[in-house]
Amino acid sequence: MGTKATGQVNVEEVPEHTVEIITNSGEGAQKCAQIFGATCAKMGNGVWTVEIIPAEIEPPHHTVTSTSGNIIRFGTGKITNWGDQSKLAVAFNDQVLLSRHRLDSLRDDCIILLEAAWKDSEDEELRRMYDEAMEEMSSKNYRFVMVPYEEEALKIVDNPNHGKNMFALGLLAEIYQRDLSIIEKQIAHIFRFKPAKVTEKNIELVKAGIAWAKENLDFRFHIESVPFEEERIVMNGNQAAALGAIASGVELCAMYPITPATSVSHELAEIIENYGGIVHQSEDEIAAAGVAIGASYAGKVALTVTSGPGMALKTEFLALAIMIEVPLVVLNVQRGGPSTGLPTKVEQSDLLSSIYGQPGDAPRVVMAPRTIEECFHAMVTARKIAETFRMVVIVLTDANLATGVGQFTRPELDVRWQQGAIDQSPIPEGLRPYEWDLETGLSKRIIPGMPGGQHTVTGLAHDEESLVSYHPSSNELGIKMRSRKLAVFQSTLMPPEIHGDDEGDLLVVGWGSTQGAIVDAVGRAREQGHKVSTCQLAFLSPLEPGLKKIFSRFNKVMTVEINYSDTPGDPYVTEDSRRYGQLAWLLRAHTLVDVECWTSCPGQPLRPRDIYNNIIAQLESTEKGVAA
Amino acid sequence: MSSLAISLLDLEADSQVCLEADDYQKRPGKWCAGCGDFGALNAVKRLLAKEQLQPEKTVFVSGIGCSSRFPHYVNTYGFHGIHGRALPVATGIKLARPELDVFVTMGDGDCTSIGAGHWIHATRYNADMVVLMLDNNIYGLTKNQTSPTTPQGYASMTSPKGAVLPALDPLQATLGVSNASFVAQTADWVPAHLYATMQAAYDHPGFSFVRILQRCPKFTADVFQKNIENPDLTELLVHENGVDVPSLKQLFKARRVHDPKNIDDARALAHRTDKLRLGMFFRDDSLPVYEEIRAVPKISAEEKVARLNKEFERYAV
Repeated sequence: MGTKATGQVNVEEVPEHTVEIITNSGEGAQKCAQIFGATCAKMGNGVWTVEIIPAEIEPPHHTVTSTSGNIIRFGTGKITNWGDQSKLAVAFNDQVLLSRHRLDSLRDDCIILLEAAWKDSEDEELRRMYDEAMEEMSSKNYRFVMVPYEEEALKIVDNPNHGKNMFALGLLAEIYQRDLSIIEKQIAHIFRFKPAKVTEKNIELVKAGIAWAKENLDFRFHIESVPFEEERIVMNGNQAAALGAIASGVELCAMYPITPATSVSHELAEIIENYGGIVHQSEDEIAAAGVAIGASYAGKVALTVTSGPGMALKTEFLALAIMIEVPLVVLNVQRGGPSTGLPTKVEQSDLLSSIYGQPGDAPRVVMAPRTIEECFHAMVTARKIAETFRMVVIVLTDANLATGVGQFTRPELDVRWQQGAIDQSPIPEGLRPYEWDLETGLSKRIIPGMPGGQHTVTGLAHDEESLVSYHPSSNELGIKMRSRKLAVFQSTLMPPEIHGDDEGDLLVVGWGSTQGAIVDAVGRAREQGHKVSTCQLAFLSPLEPGLKKIFSRFNKVMTVEINYSDTPGDPYVTEDSRRYGQLAWLLRAHTLVDVECWTSCPGQPLRPRDIYNNIIAQLESTEKGVAA
Repeated sequence: MSSLAISLLDLEADSQVCLEADDYQKRPGKWCAGCGDFGALNAVKRLLAKEQLQPEKTVFVSGIGCSSRFPHYVNTYGFHGIHGRALPVATGIKLARPELDVFVTMGDGDCTSIGAGHWIHATRYNADMVVLMLDNNIYGLTKNQTSPTTPQGYASMTSPKGAVLPALDPLQATLGVSNASFVAQTADWVPAHLYATMQAAYDHPGFSFVRILQRCPKFTADVFQKNIENPDLTELLVHENGVDVPSLKQLFKARRVHDPKNIDDARALAHRTDKLRLGMFFRDDSLPVYEEIRAVPKISAEEKVARLNKEFERYAV
C-alpha cells in the first residue's frame, strides 16, 4: 500500500474510519474538515468531528504547539463520539504530526499523507527536526506516503497556505470515493461571502487533489453509505443551539465574545434579524446578562450565551434574576478552567458552580444536552421551563458538542414555541406581584404595560407585594417559594433511561457530552460479558428522580466525567481528603450511595478505550473489595 | 437662604401640577431628612404629571444605593437591581419595548465607580432614556466612604486623612464619549432648574445624562455650602435650545450663553473649575438612538417557522 507503482488499485471495505487533518494554525484544516465531514454526512454516513485548535489565531508555524486540525470519524452506522485513534492522517509538516503522535492519537498502522517538502528542505534546521521527528515516530508502524501538497497547490494559487487544504480534500475525496458534486456545493456555501472566483479556485484545487491521488495512490477505502429513512440535518452543537434558540422564540441574544461560545452568536447574528430578533454585543459579560434580564423583564424571550469566565462575571445578575423571578436562559459552553484555562478545549468543570455559583440560596434549573441534537431541543425546553417556572435555566454544553459536527433527525417545529403577543391585560385588583401558590411556589408573571400591575422588583428580600421586607417570616417564605418551584419541576421529570440491564455489577453514570463515548465503552464491556450498564443524566438541578432506587440494583456506581478528582493512592490523598468528580459529589450528597468516579481533564473528549479500561479496573477492584 | 426661598416660590407657582404629581408617588421616600433625593423625586413627579405619563407604560430602573431606592417611591413599574448595573437592564428594557418610557436613577458610586463601564457604553448606545445621576459626592448607604466624585482632601471613613485623588468629573467623562447626545448639570438646591433640566432631558430623544448635585445631610452636608451661600460662585449656562429659567435671572448674576450644539465649548466648559456650572452642556437630537437602529420588523410565528424550516435546507443531508 502506498504510492501507485503497478497501476493496481486496492479497495478495502471498512465499516468506519477516522481521519485527522493536521496542519499549522492558519493553513485551513478546519475548512477542509468541515467540508469533508459534511460531505460524508450528506452521503449517508454517520459522522462525528472534533476540532484540534490552539487558543491563538496563528501561533508560530512548524512546531509541536502550532497544531491546528480536525478529526473526522465516519462510518456506515451512527457515530456518537470521536473513537479511539485515527487510521489516516493528512499532515502538512512533521512537527504537527509529532504532536499528534505524542498524544497517542494515531493508530499503530495509521496511513500518513505527509508533506514531501521538509525531508529535503534547504533549511538545515528543518531537515534536522524532520529527521528527529521521524526517528521518534519510528516506534510505530505508521505507513508514510509523501505528498507534494505545497508544490501542487502552487500550480493553482500564489499562496500555498490558502490552497493546500483543498488539495488535501481532493486526496480524501478520491481515497474515500466522495461525491464531488456535494463537495462543490459545500465549498460554495463556505465561501458564500467571498467573490465567486474563490469558490472556483477551491474547486480547482480539490480536482487537482483528486487527479494526483488517481495518478499516485494505490489504495482506496469503501465505506458503505446507508441513507437514513428520516430527513436529517448536519451541524455542530453551537449551530444546533443557535437554531434551537430561534425555534424557542428567542428574540434577543445578549452576549460578549468568549471562546468556545461565540460561534453561537455568529450563527444568530447572521440570521436572527430574519426572525424579528437581534444579537446585542454588550460591553462586557455582566452587561450581557443585564440586557437579557432587562429584556426578559419587559416581556421578550431573551438569552445570554457564554463560557466559564463569563459565567463567573454574570454571577450576581443571575442571582438577581432568580430573586425577582425573571425567566432567563443562559447557555454556558464549557471550556477548560479554572481562570482562563483551556479556552478552546473541552471540560465539564462548571457543573457545581452552575448549580451553586451564587452567594445565598439561588435555586435554578441546570440541564446538559448529551448530543448535538439535544443542543437544539434543550434550548426549546429551557425556554419553556424558564417561563413556566419564572426561573433561570442554565444549559451546559461544552467544547466537544460546540465544535463537534454530527447529524440528527430534522426537528419538527411548532409555532407554539414562538412567543405570542406580550401579555398586556389588566391586573385584577388585589393581585400581588408575588402571589405565590403556597403549594407550588408559582405566581403570575406581571409585565410592564399591564395596567394596575405597577410594582418595583427588587433584589432585596421582599414580600408578596414586592415590598422590601426584612421580616423573618417573609424572608423564609420567599426562600421557600423560590426553592419549591424546583421540587415541582422535578416532579415532572422521568427517571433516567438505562443502557443495558437494570441491575448488575457496575452502573456508569455520566452527564452531558460524554454519552457517546461512555455508551461505546460500556457496549464493549458488555460484549466481553461484564454486567455493566450506563445512564446519562440530562438534568443536574434538579436531578432526575429515582436515582437511589436505580443505584441500589448495582454493586457499584461510578461516574465518568471530564473534570478533576483525586486519584486514590496519590500523595496526601486519603479517605478524608479525597476530592471527587463533580457529578460524583452531587450524587453522593443526594443518594448517600458510595459513588466512585473516574475523571480526567486532558482538554480533549474522552476516548472510549480509556473509559473501557477504567470500567474494567473498577470491576476488578470491586471484585477484590467484595472478596476481602 | 435667599436662594432656597426663591426656588420654593417658583414651585408654588406650579401648585396645581404638584397636586396631580402626588398621584405618581407610591409611598413616602424613606431617605434622611434633608436628603437631595427628595428634591429629585419631587421634580420627577411634576414631570410625570406634566407629561401625563401612563404609570403602567413607565419604568424606573436603579442600581444600589440611597438614590437607587427611587423606584420604590414612584407609582410606575420599577426595577431595583444590583449595584452599578442599572444601565444594562434599562438598555434591555428599551431594546425589548421601545414604547416604554424609561428613567434611570443612579448615585455617584453606582454610576461612576462600580458601574463606570456601563455608563461609558450606555452613553454610546444612546438609548432613549432619562438618566439621573444623583451625585452627593459620597457613599451614603454604606455609611460614608469616598466615591470617585468626592472632592480631593474630603475626609471619609475610608480616607480619614481626606480623599487622595482629584475628583472624577462625570461631565468631562460623558462628553468624551462618542455618540453622547445630552449632558446637563443641575443641583438639588435650585429646584426650578432641576425641574427644567429634567423636562429637557425627557424631551430629548436619546440618552439624557443629568448630573444632579446634591447634599447628603449626614456625610456631605457642607460640600456645596459655599455655592449655596454665594450664588455668584455659580454660572448658569443659558441658551434658547438649552435650559433657561427666567425666574433665576435675579439670583444668578453669572450667566453664560452657551449653544448646547457646540461640543468643543461644552468640553472646555466642563474642564474649567473656576465656577460651578449648571445648565445644558450638550444636546444633539440627531444622533443615532440604539433601539431605533436595532429595530427589526416583527415576524409572525408562522412565518418564523417557515423561515427556520428553510434554514434547515442549508444543513440538510
